[in-house]
Amino acid sequence: MPDVRTETMTVNMGPQHPSTHGVLRLVLELDGETVLSSAPTIGFLHTGIEKTAEQKKWQQVIPLVERMDYLSAQSNSMAFCLSVETLLGLDLPQRVRDIRVLIAELQRINSHLVWLGTHGMEVGAVSVMLYCFRERELLLNINEMLAGFRLFPSYMRVGGLREDLPRGFHDAVRAFLDRMPSKLDEYEDLLTKNEIYIERTRNVGRISKGDAVAYGLVGPIARAAGVDYDVRKYFPYLGYETYDFAVPTRTDGDVYSRYLVRVAEMRESLKICRQALDRIAPMGPFAVSDPRITPPPKDKVYTEMEALIQHFLIYSQGFTVPAGEAYVPVEGPRGEQGFYIVSDGTNRPWRVKSRAPSLLACQALSKMIVGGLIADVIAVIGSIDVVMGDVDR
Amino acid sequence: MEPTALVALLRELVPSAEIEPVPTVDRHMTIYAASGQLSSLVQVLHDHADLDFRFLAELTATDYWPREPRFELVYVLVSLSQRLRLRLKVRLAGSDAHVATVCGIWPAANWLEREVWDLFGIAFDGHPDPRRLLMPEDWDGYPLRKDYPVQIRKTPEAAEPLQLTAEEFRANVARDRLTREH
Repeated sequence: MPDVRTETMTVNMGPQHPSTHGVLRLVLELDGETVLSSAPTIGFLHTGIEKTAEQKKWQQVIPLVERMDYLSAQSNSMAFCLSVETLLGLDLPQRVRDIRVLIAELQRINSHLVWLGTHGMEVGAVSVMLYCFRERELLLNINEMLAGFRLFPSYMRVGGLREDLPRGFHDAVRAFLDRMPSKLDEYEDLLTKNEIYIERTRNVGRISKGDAVAYGLVGPIARAAGVDYDVRKYFPYLGYETYDFAVPTRTDGDVYSRYLVRVAEMRESLKICRQALDRIAPMGPFAVSDPRITPPPKDKVYTEMEALIQHFLIYSQGFTVPAGEAYVPVEGPRGEQGFYIVSDGTNRPWRVKSRAPSLLACQALSKMIVGGLIADVIAVIGSIDVVMGDVDR
Repeated sequence: MEPTALVALLRELVPSAEIEPVPTVDRHMTIYAASGQLSSLVQVLHDHADLDFRFLAELTATDYWPREPRFELVYVLVSLSQRLRLRLKVRLAGSDAHVATVCGIWPAANWLEREVWDLFGIAFDGHPDPRRLLMPEDWDGYPLRKDYPVQIRKTPEAAEPLQLTAEEFRANVARDRLTREH
């Protein structure tokens, strides 16, 4: 019998690969179909947003941070605003808090819908993608109604919101909230008991509870592994302690549990949205009444000298923030996110650092795929919901 | 747990530690520690049952150039069982900034420390994989330092030199070209 020589094969996956959700490069060492080792390479989308932010005035940073994690723009800008407001010592009106909670939860549903659609498509359920993007369209329409932008509304401002809610906002959100539960049932009909989907995802990409904590995993990935950490429950902000909602957890830590956790989270978010919508009065304050930070209403700018000066100062010099540091964690769609900001007392940030949940998820990727099959790599990358804009910043 | 109680406990557990608590405006207790004692301090913070900081949420740095000591490292630690958040800070001098790695305690620190090395040039002694993370491997300088210019132009270089000469490349193309007789 002739000598049969075997050797491992190195496969370069990405950076241009549709299933890597952007530009993630994986160098995989394969023995047949089994992954022996993996070396993720990142940085292809590094745009130096943190350095750019140091050159901008505080309000000008908001559009920048929205583009980091481009699937949860409003959570990013809300986290940034909360950190700056903490440093400024602002006390937000209750109406602003409620509107922010509503927007953050709609953003979570939005992000999870994109995740569910792309993940479903990657494991072979193409119709799920079409279903999810249909409902996401409604959320983008709500964004457009709010701010004129669909993906990056820049609706948050330090001190509150850019403008008041548009006419018809309550009706549009309520129509979405009424429609969504039956649509979630539809997605679950397609996947939850689907034999092929379960075979493809159960016991794939497992991570233990201990590893999830050690690798700094947060959000749905950690909750699928049995870590019940949710910033909204552990360190409440914006009055989340007054809302009635549950934190869904599973214990298996595999791709299927992450799917179940995210779908259950969407249902909980709908619950929070309904409560928040009932609390938001149609009329009321949409920002703090602090003349240093909030621009005066437009009709006053045109008629009163003082208002014109105030308007001019805010838009030319901006406002100063007391020297110090702050980091307010919020529960974004991918888990704990937030901005560690340092101010030197001027009108520009000294340092802005985004806590990127996707970066740590990407780091733990090797832990989840080594020992599995190469076909499962795709399912695992999809399940950890990395956004490369958040990883590379 | 109050910041004073935490500091008292840490002083009891690590008698030689120089710990300096500072007031904060957010809900993080903040302490400064000496860079030489970081390893023993984080070990206690991670292992002690009343502290139990199992979760490293963030590791980053700030450059206060031209002030000295120039850098401040920031570790944001979370204790899920005690519901505590702690910001542990370490001051580092500008020349030869280095500190012990915490990768052995929190595996999450691996990429975070690489990022700090990449963008600030702070070295982590004993790091298992001390390479750049976000910038290209042949990049000069540390972009998030305050004395690093904001707008510079740099011609991209290949990380590895090409393994073929131009002549060899042309010869290969000529050899592989499909010639078809019509």
